[in-house]
Amino acid sequence: MTISHQQSLTGTVGEATELPLQQMTYAAAIRQVLQEEMRKDPRIFLMGEDIGLYGGAFGVTRGMLEEFGEERVRDTPISEQAIAGCAIGAALSGMLPVAEFQFSDFMTLAMDQIVNQGAKLRFMFGGKAKVPVVFRAPIGSGLGFAAQHSQSLEAWFAHIPGLKVVLPSTPADASGLLRSAIHDPNVVIFLEHKALYNQQGMVPVGDWRVPLGKAEVKHKGKHLTIIALSIMVHRALTVADRLAKEGIEAEVIDPRSLRPLDEETLVDSVSNTGRVLIVQEAVLTGGFGGEIAARIAASKAFYYLDAPIMRLGGAEIPIPYQIQLEKRATPQEEDIYQAAQLLLRQKPA
Amino acid sequence: MSEQIPELPLSQLRSMLSTMYLIRAFEEKVDELFMRGEMHGTTHLSIGQEGTAVGAVSTLRSDDFITSTHRGHGHCITKGADISLMMAELLGKETGYCRGRGGSMHIADVENGNLGANGIVAGGMPIATGVGLSLKMQGTDRVCLCIFGDGAANEGAFHESINMAAIWDLPVIFLCENNQYGMSMSTRRAMRNETVAQRAAGYGIPGELVDGNNVLAVYAAISAAVQRARDGHGPSLIESRTYRYKGHAKSDQNLYRSRDEIREWQQRDPIQYFVNYLISEQVVSQEEVKKEETAAYAAVEEAYQFGLGSPDPDPETLLEGVYL
Repeated sequence: MTISHQQSLTGTVGEATELPLQQMTYAAAIRQVLQEEMRKDPRIFLMGEDIGLYGGAFGVTRGMLEEFGEERVRDTPISEQAIAGCAIGAALSGMLPVAEFQFSDFMTLAMDQIVNQGAKLRFMFGGKAKVPVVFRAPIGSGLGFAAQHSQSLEAWFAHIPGLKVVLPSTPADASGLLRSAIHDPNVVIFLEHKALYNQQGMVPVGDWRVPLGKAEVKHKGKHLTIIALSIMVHRALTVADRLAKEGIEAEVIDPRSLRPLDEETLVDSVSNTGRVLIVQEAVLTGGFGGEIAARIAASKAFYYLDAPIMRLGGAEIPIPYQIQLEKRATPQEEDIYQAAQLLLRQKPA
Repeated sequence: MSEQIPELPLSQLRSMLSTMYLIRAFEEKVDELFMRGEMHGTTHLSIGQEGTAVGAVSTLRSDDFITSTHRGHGHCITKGADISLMMAELLGKETGYCRGRGGSMHIADVENGNLGANGIVAGGMPIATGVGLSLKMQGTDRVCLCIFGDGAANEGAFHESINMAAIWDLPVIFLCENNQYGMSMSTRRAMRNETVAQRAAGYGIPGELVDGNNVLAVYAAISAAVQRARDGHGPSLIESRTYRYKGHAKSDQNLYRSRDEIREWQQRDPIQYFVNYLISEQVVSQEEVKKEETAAYAAVEEAYQFGLGSPDPDPETLLEGVYL
């Protein structure tokens, strides 16, 4: 069934569900999952900088201290390496920690623990340990936080076997993916776009889970495929609505998980449309869109391509502060629309 | 420097001696196997440091945890590991503790509470703090002994981990096994402080320097810190001063220290020191000591044979074990 952008905001979620729906923001959807799961399982606890009384830099954990207390909504010193390692150690010894990094940029301070420890312990120990941790962190630009608070580093994490990496784009996905992440026995990097926290959407109420590693077709179409990550899904959907008015049906796919990646859904779509535009906020060099492009090029979809694979991503600069420069640094709706038009004009040789 | 002698049952003293011999014999065998090219990669031997490993780890209960270092064979053995499975791991066998996936630097024995050696200096420290948090939240009186080297004391993880354990009164014992060199960099060149232990003051926790070649002094210091942790009073920082006889790893030509220095420390050998003590206290006879030593080398030989006879991992299983 075709879900238009407007529908997904006002009445339905993409996936079929019998659960009742409730409208809420992306931040509230995350908070609700944390609350519900913590009520059910005393092993789950939160740790991070200013997540208690302050409620987190983006208010995601607001009000949770009152219900769960300081032990389970645990304010930490500004010690990212210890936050990461502490969560890993707690997970190794029987707890289910959900650790928050205030900004995903700060995860660079914890890379040893995430990459060398958390991701590898299970494998290095011959499969005899498990590390059920969720690391939540806000990514992305658009709020004027400048170069050290606005990056999209998902490709760094997706490069590491042992980490799972998810990027929800809607409140329903944030909810369903987070519940799956908490119950996943592996390290899950859960990247929330900070410009989406106030985004409204319908969220299934109850034990709503979106499996890790399952893409979603957010908009059906047959003329081109737009594969978009995180906030770019919304921009791509707006572009799809605009193209629809011109009689062009764009298929918009949100991979949602980068690792594991639902290659099949991407390849099937491109095999149908013959044209693909990959849109990410991160800079193109070494970005995850390159991986998606390579997978498509190496798949059966190659034989159906009517145009070269096109990628759209951030400019090769740190994110600037000034508002116009900041916008120019990452793909906007107009950029995606123009890229789609260019892609549609390309003719097979 | 603390040199308190604890009152211990004779059987425990004997068992500590046999563990020290077992570590020495194990390390010597590993050294030999590397020389002969039967083992590959790299390894870090703890010959000369047995007093610290046995003195510290034997204070623990079987349900307590340790995090260890790249020079961790001794910690692993003392925590109750089966040396056959260790030897198999070093030989890269499927029967090894990590099915041959980890090797010397990543041996873990999760069932016995050993959360692993670590190839990253100070890498185990934040994890130990997390284990302490977990144990405290679960309402147990179990503890985590976090072993790290003098090199780790200058990593940022040292600061973050100890501070976090201190503010939350976590049941973690931070043990700096100071063998005086971080690879070739001597502690005298690497820090302005005289001791790592005095840094404890910066975290508001007890700090103590102990003679790491005196197994009983180490035992006394660590068991006091363990008791403090079990009683809910939080972490301690103990520095155990010791020395490694062998180079850092097999590439080491010992250019940064003198033969005299090595010889001087060998005069204070932790095993010989303990043997002299036990004989003078009439806990054991010279013959019994010899028996313990012989038994250790025989056990290691048996472990080696077990490893040799074990199958290599099946290449078809290459991709196993990343995710659950």
